[in-house]
Amino acid sequence: MAETIIEIKHLEKKFGNNEVLKDINFTANKGEVVAIIGSSGSGKSTLLRCINLLEIPTSGEIIYRNNNIQNGSMSLSQYRTKVGMVFQQFNLFNNMTVLENCVVGQMKVLKRNRKESEEIAKNYLDKVGMLQYINAKPKQISGGQKQRVAIARGLSMDTEVLLFDEPTSALDPEMVGEVLEVMKKLANEGLTMIVVTHEMTFARDVANRVVFMDKGLIVEDDSPKVIFTSPKQQRTREFLSRILRE
Amino acid sequence: MPDTFFGWVIFLLNEYGDLFIQGTVNTVIIAITGTILGFLIGLLIAIARTIPILKNGFLIKKILLKILQFLLGVYVEVVRGTPMIVQSMIVYYGALQYFNIDIPAMTAAILIVSFNTGAYMAEIIRGGIISVDRGQTEGAYSIGMTHWQTMTSVVLPQAVRNIIPSIGNEFVVNIKDSSVLNVISVAELFFMSKSAAGTYLKYFEVFFITACIYLILTFTVTKILGLLEKYMDGPNEFIIHGSQSNSSAVIHVHKNDGGEK
Repeated sequence: MAETIIEIKHLEKKFGNNEVLKDINFTANKGEVVAIIGSSGSGKSTLLRCINLLEIPTSGEIIYRNNNIQNGSMSLSQYRTKVGMVFQQFNLFNNMTVLENCVVGQMKVLKRNRKESEEIAKNYLDKVGMLQYINAKPKQISGGQKQRVAIARGLSMDTEVLLFDEPTSALDPEMVGEVLEVMKKLANEGLTMIVVTHEMTFARDVANRVVFMDKGLIVEDDSPKVIFTSPKQQRTREFLSRILRE
Repeated sequence: MPDTFFGWVIFLLNEYGDLFIQGTVNTVIIAITGTILGFLIGLLIAIARTIPILKNGFLIKKILLKILQFLLGVYVEVVRGTPMIVQSMIVYYGALQYFNIDIPAMTAAILIVSFNTGAYMAEIIRGGIISVDRGQTEGAYSIGMTHWQTMTSVVLPQAVRNIIPSIGNEFVVNIKDSSVLNVISVAELFFMSKSAAGTYLKYFEVFFITACIYLILTFTVTKILGLLEKYMDGPNEFIIHGSQSNSSAVIHVHKNDGGEK
């Protein structure tokens, strides 16, 4: 049995009367790459944001290694260092250089000293191919470069799981490849990743599991092979035939 | 006695130079301390007013936070809604009549200007905080930073940079508006000018000099803040260490602000 890192039980999220997530049950095991697919408004980004508690779930439990996150058995800050997030809009700190972006969290949250933080940051910036740009400010580099720095920022925190919220959706087409390459590399190195994506090729080739969501529900959760070749649910089939035709 | 306009100006400068200098010094002291203290007051208020009230937080904490935010709102409204000249009379004479405290005029002046500036700054800084993209906060939260850490390391540096022009405005307003403090006999520039004008009844000449001094002060402040803005933006070039063919290469890249987000 694989080691479970994140477990979601009966998660619900309402915005006012709008029920965005309905009874979500989901687990992510160590070393797994889970792709969450589905049409816009299906609740996949909200699910990801709930996992990192950027949105507070209306009900349900989020369990990280046997710690129920919402009842305070582990501090929110501590939890978030373990479960990092990469955003569609990068969200790099505009007032800091590339290096500083990857250092500030280590120093403030993990209380590492500057020297150690910089070493760790440089190590990860090298991994994403951005070591040359440590002095640049976010507004001076391209979208693809920003996203690679954002990934390095997450990794610098000793993250165990990295959540990706449509990491390539805001990029120019020619920059999508470089970000997916980095993600592929991390997947091969055994990083646990939950990726909300519209990149079906990535979901098919890199993910170990594909979760299809529709109208706030998990419709199907299976291996990419099953999802892409013989999905069991009618809705999954419709979605895939629609999106793969494009 | 001189018989031309400029003759009088020079004569008055000789005669009352010390008054002008002392008045200018006091005006500058009031404006600088008032702006800095006001900025700090505004900062604290703005932070307190933007603390998110979490639905599942402790009840007592939520109630205290609500009360604090309400009181701060009242402070901002009252101070912004009444003229500074009226506030000075109330504070200065009120303290004397009811609490028997004779506040030194300069102290009273700095207090009043600070609390006034604080009320305006609170709104300016709150606007600055709101203007920083929500994604910046989420980015900070996502690596485990607390609200306080997010504010001090990420949001406020950007907010403050964005509001420097407005801070400059407040500074300039303080240099000029400190003149109303002459009603409580603060020895600032306007008060000193009135004394200087009285003896020879040369109001026009004296206040011509006064206007020039105010103009020089405000112009200098504007220039200094312009330089500060440039400094905070940092260099608009960065250095790449090493290239694909030569690992010890150093490449300077110039890229202007703006353009792609």
